[in-house]
Amino acid sequence: MDLKTTIIEKIKSKFGDALEEVTDFREDLSVTISPEKILEFCKFIKNDNDLSFEMCKDVTAIDWATRKNRFTVVYHVYSFKNNFNLRIKANLKDDPPAIDSVTPVWKSANWYERETYDMYGINFINHPDLRRMYMPEGFEYYPLRKDFPVMGIPGSLPLPEKND
Amino acid sequence: MGLEAKLSSDGYLTTKLDAIIAWARSNSVWPMPMGISCCAIEMISAADPKYDIARFGSEVMRFTPRQCDLMIVAGTVTYKMAQVVRRIYDQMPEPKWVIAMGACTSSGGMYRSYNVVQGIDQFLPVDVYTAGCPPRPENLLNALITIQNKIKKSKARDYQDKILPELELSKN
Repeated sequence: MDLKTTIIEKIKSKFGDALEEVTDFREDLSVTISPEKILEFCKFIKNDNDLSFEMCKDVTAIDWATRKNRFTVVYHVYSFKNNFNLRIKANLKDDPPAIDSVTPVWKSANWYERETYDMYGINFINHPDLRRMYMPEGFEYYPLRKDFPVMGIPGSLPLPEKND
Repeated sequence: MGLEAKLSSDGYLTTKLDAIIAWARSNSVWPMPMGISCCAIEMISAADPKYDIARFGSEVMRFTPRQCDLMIVAGTVTYKMAQVVRRIYDQMPEPKWVIAMGACTSSGGMYRSYNVVQGIDQFLPVDVYTAGCPPRPENLLNALITIQNKIKKSKARDYQDKILPELELSKN
């Protein structure tokens, strides 16, 4: 049994109900999992001896703007043992959007989740340090949301006074 | 022979105070290198032996605002960075001048977006804008010469009421 089939079989048997979709496009394996199960799922794929996805390379999000479940959180994880990349997606249902933080599984997720929070306004529950990263503290908007104007909202970012 | 012969015998000359102060100021401009991105590399090049900013008496890059009278803002100024640039400018003693070096600093450049200030003239009084992305070192030297000409026309009394910046130590 090749690696890809092993991965799919293992995930299916463990997370049958929570697994929403499995796609394999141009050798790129993606799985969509329901957001309630994300932490459990990540723990499993990291600690399972056959899979061992030890590295979290990226956490980001997609704003679908018009769709009902507007936000999708995307994780890119990597297995050194198998030299294999896996993409995990979770479609968020809540408003305001929230999902469990995966920092207990991968420490590297800390900054990625902060960045995603900063730019999309997605709350990562139980994140140890959910603060603004690029934008100043106290900024009210989320710049990578589709309804944010490219030139920003006038007056939302204060400039120093020009007094001479 | 002319002025030189006169000086060697008497050892003094007469001039206007404004003229000699402006002359001294214009030939000892000390820049505060506010290098933020790629323009900063061109600014550094201006100090190397090939372009030799020392010819203009401006080789003393101080990296502290206290002793500077020219701020070269070289790079992309974001809204977050604007607070820092303004604070450093405020800490420079009068009289002081500002060069906006490059497209980003002058107008936001290619960054027409929410996070980049579309021109530092929104929070700083700019004396010379330098075109280019980034400008060549010669272009920066040209800006420096323009500033020198401006200084040469200045009067000492224009600055006599200006006060030294106060330390904001109690705030931090």
